[in-house]
Amino acid sequence: MSIVTVQLGQCGNQIGFEVFDALLRDSHSFQGLCSKRENEAYQTSCKERFFSEEESGVPIARAVLVDMEPKVINQTLSKAAQSGRWKYGQHACFCQKQGSGNNWAYGYSVHGPRHEESIMNLIQKEVEKCDSFSGFFIIMSMAGGTGSGLGAFVTQNLQDQYPNSLKMNQIIWPYGTGEVIVQNYNSVLTLSHLYRSSDALLVHENDAVHKICAKLMNIKQISFSDINQVLAHQLGSVFQPTYSAESSFHYRRNPLGDLMEHLVPHPEFKMLSVRNIPHMSEDSLAYSTFTWAGLLKHLRQMLISNAKMEEGIDWQVRPPLSGLPPLGKMSLSKDLHFNTSIANLVILRGKDVQSADVEGFKDPALYTSWLEPVHAFNVWKTQRAFSKYEKSAVLVSNSQFLVKPLDMIVKKAWNMFASKKECGPRKNELRALVWARLKC
Amino acid sequence: MTQSVVVQVGQCGNQIGCCFWDLALREHAAVNQKGIYDEAISSFFRNVDTRVVGDGGSISKGKICSLKARAVLIDMEEGVVNEILQGPLRDVFDMNQLITDISGSGNNWAVGHKVFGSLYQDQLLEKLRKSAEHCDCLQCFFIIHSMGGGTGSGLGTFLLKMLEDEFPEVYRFVTSIYPSCEDDVITSPYNSILAMKELNEHADCVLPIDNQSLFDIISKIDLMVNSGKLGTTVKPKSLVTSSSGALKKCHKKPFDAMNNIVANLLLNLTSSARFEGSLNMDLNEISMNLVPFPQLHYLVSSLTPLYTLADVNIPPRRLDQMFSDAFSKDHQLLQADPKHSLYLACALMVRGNVQISDLRRNIERLKPSLQFVSWNQEGWKTSLCSIPPVGHSHSLLALANNTCVKPTFMELKERFMRLYKKKAHLHHYLQVEGMEESCFTEAVSSLSALIQEYNQLDATKNVPVQDLPRLSIAV
Repeated sequence: MSIVTVQLGQCGNQIGFEVFDALLRDSHSFQGLCSKRENEAYQTSCKERFFSEEESGVPIARAVLVDMEPKVINQTLSKAAQSGRWKYGQHACFCQKQGSGNNWAYGYSVHGPRHEESIMNLIQKEVEKCDSFSGFFIIMSMAGGTGSGLGAFVTQNLQDQYPNSLKMNQIIWPYGTGEVIVQNYNSVLTLSHLYRSSDALLVHENDAVHKICAKLMNIKQISFSDINQVLAHQLGSVFQPTYSAESSFHYRRNPLGDLMEHLVPHPEFKMLSVRNIPHMSEDSLAYSTFTWAGLLKHLRQMLISNAKMEEGIDWQVRPPLSGLPPLGKMSLSKDLHFNTSIANLVILRGKDVQSADVEGFKDPALYTSWLEPVHAFNVWKTQRAFSKYEKSAVLVSNSQFLVKPLDMIVKKAWNMFASKKECGPRKNELRALVWARLKC
Repeated sequence: MTQSVVVQVGQCGNQIGCCFWDLALREHAAVNQKGIYDEAISSFFRNVDTRVVGDGGSISKGKICSLKARAVLIDMEEGVVNEILQGPLRDVFDMNQLITDISGSGNNWAVGHKVFGSLYQDQLLEKLRKSAEHCDCLQCFFIIHSMGGGTGSGLGTFLLKMLEDEFPEVYRFVTSIYPSCEDDVITSPYNSILAMKELNEHADCVLPIDNQSLFDIISKIDLMVNSGKLGTTVKPKSLVTSSSGALKKCHKKPFDAMNNIVANLLLNLTSSARFEGSLNMDLNEISMNLVPFPQLHYLVSSLTPLYTLADVNIPPRRLDQMFSDAFSKDHQLLQADPKHSLYLACALMVRGNVQISDLRRNIERLKPSLQFVSWNQEGWKTSLCSIPPVGHSHSLLALANNTCVKPTFMELKERFMRLYKKKAHLHHYLQVEGMEESCFTEAVSSLSALIQEYNQLDATKNVPVQDLPRLSIAV
C-alpha cells in the first residue's frame, strides 16, 4: 500500500527531500545479508510505498510540495532532479509568492481557506495514482508560519475529506533557545489543532538531533542538511519494509495502519518518538562491531532514561520495583526520571536478527498499568539490513518523553501571552482550545 | 518572490538611494553570472525593452535587456536628482519615476509636509501607483530620508500617511537618518520631532541611524587600513564602505563612504528574501518577530564585519569575533549601547558560509551577557542565507529592538525644548498654512509617550522573572 507525503513549508520540504533520498539510497544498497529474492521483494515494496513508476524508469516520489514562497520548492525540485536517481512529479507542487511571515494565523486562516481547493486537488491527484492507499505522511515544523498554520489546516481538511485514511504528522520541535521569537505561540496553536485531527504525531526535536550530529556523527560545522539527513535516516529505518510475521517472507502491506495499531492504543495519547541505534559517521562505522544484546540493552536504557542517543545515557535510572503509580496521579513537580511508556515498537534489521532477544522490553514495569506488555510491546524483525549498518535497531515509542519540553513551551507561551505582548490574532483560539486539549 | 519599491526623499535620501542602487547592481552582477532576469533581481529591478515606447516594454523572463530600478525619486530641489540622472546610473531610472521642484523646502518640515504635500499629492499618488502596478506581488516600501531637513522629513512623512491609506497591506520600512548633536541645521530638532510623530503612527518599522555613528565606523576602518599592522592586509573590495566594482568610479564625495554603509544595511536586510538559504527570513517576518507593540518599532542595527582581512582561512575564532562585534556599541549604526540595555527582541541575519551550529554556539555564548525582557527570555530570530555579500565570505546583520534607543529620543526632545521654550525660529513654521502650535505640542507628547513606554520596560530590567499562575485544567 502506498503512502502519500505532504511536505509543508521550508522545513517540511527540506526534510522531505532527504527522506526520499535516504529511502531510495537504502533500497539500492544491498549488503548481501539476505537472499537476492528477498532484496528484490524489499525494493519492490519500498518503491510501491513511496514512489510511482514513470515510462523513463526514473521513480517519481509520491509527494505534494506546498510552500507559500517559491525559493525552497525550486531548490528541492532541482536537487531531486540533479540526483538522477529519482525526482518529484512535475505538477506536484503548489507555491505562492508572499510567505506566511512566521504567523500561524496567516497560514491557518488566510492561506488555508484561500488555497484550499488547489492544494486538495493536488493531493487528490496523488492519491488517485496509488493502487492501494495506506494514508498520509505530513512533514511540517511547528515554529514557522506555513508549516505550522497551513499544516494544521491541511490536516484538518484531510480528516474531513478522507475520513477513512490514516494521517501521521512528522513535526519538528524547535530549538529551545529560539529560532523564531513567536515559536511558542505557533507551536501551541499547532499542537492543539493537530491533536484533534491527526492520528499520530511523530516528534523530532531539533536540539536532540543537533546533539546527535555533534556527538555521534562528529560533524564540526553542523548545517541543516546534516540535521535533516539524520532525521531522514531515522524515518527511513522506521518506514522501510518489514516482514509481516515471524517467519513469513512477505513484507507488511499496511505500514501506517500497523504502526498506529501498535503504537496508538488510545486516541488521547498520540505523541511518538523515534530512537535508533547505532548511529555514527561512516569512518567510525568501519571500526565498529555490534551485538544484538548490546544494542538492545542500550536501546532499553535510552527508553527508560529518556535519552535520545546512545551517548551520555543515564544508567542510574531504573524501572520502579513495586507496582506503578497510576498515570493520572503523577504530578509534574515530581522529578520524572523514569520514562513510562504506553506502547513500544522495536524494529530490527540485519544479520542474525532472529536471534535477537527483546525480553527486556516486555518488563511490565516499563508500561502503564492499564496495558499488558503483550499488548503494549511489539517487535518486527527483518533480515535485510538497512543502509550501511549490518545491524540496526529503531524504537518507536509512545511514552512520556515529551512532557517536559511541552511544559516548557506552554510556560513560555503563557508568559508571553499573559504579559499582553506579541498578541496578534487567534487570541480566543489560544484560550479555548489549547488549555482544554493539552492535558499537561 | 515578492518585490519592493524604494522611495527616496530629499537630498540625503537620494544620495543614499543612489549608493544603494549602485551596490545592488554590483551584488546581482556578482551572483547572476548568466545575465538571465531571475526572481532575485526582480525584487528590486524591472527588465525593460527600451526600444518599445511607452509602457509596454516590460519583460518578465529571459535575458536581461535593460534594468530599471523599482524606485521613486522625490526632491524639492533639482540639484541632487539631476546629478544622478547625469551620472552613470542614469539608465537605471525612468523619467517617470521622478518628482522634483525648484526651490527646496528650506529645512522647514511644515513646507515639506503641508505645502509640497498638498501640491504634489496627486502626482505622488500616481507615480507610486504606477510603480506598484509594475510589481507582481508588492510586499514592501523602503523609504529613505533624513529627519533633520525639510523635504526628507516633511514630505517623506507625508508620503508615509499616503502609503498607509493607499496600500494598507504593504509594509513600510523606513530608514531614517537622525541628526547628530553637532548637526549643521539649526531647526533639525523641530523637524525631527514633527517627523517622529508621523513615524510613530504610520511606519511599520523604523531603522534609526545617525551620522556620528557612521563617521566613527569610517574612522575605525581608515585606522585599520592605514595602520599597516604587520601581517594584516585588508582586502579593499571588502570594505563595507567600498563601492569598487560599482558604476561610480570616483569615490571622492564626502558622504559616499557613509552612504555605502546604509546601502549595505538595506541589501543585507533583504538578502534572505531574495537569495536562497537553509533558513529563510522574509521581510514580513521582521515585523512579526521584532515588533511586540505597534508603537515600539524602532530597531537598532549593526553590520559586521566591517572589512575582511586577506587571510584566506576563516578560523572559527574570527567568526565568533563577528558575532561579538555585532553587540558592541562601536558597531551600531546609532549612538546606542544595546548590551547594557534591555532587549525586547533580537534578529541575527547571517550571510555566507556559516552554519546553524556556529549560530547556536554564538547565541549560547553571548546570551548570558545580554538582558532580555521577562516575557521573551529567549527572543532570537535567526536566518541563514547562502549568498555572501560582495567581497566577504560571510557577514552578519543584527537588528535589535532594544531600549537603548531611548537616550537618542530623550536628547532630541531636550534639544527641541531648548528651542521651543524661547519660541526660536517658530514663526517660519507657523506662517505656513495649516500649521499651528498644537502640531508641536502633539508631536512632543507623542514622543514623550514613547519614551515613557521605554521607561516602563526598563523598570522591569533587574526584577527577577516570576512565572505567572497558569490556568488550571478541569480533569
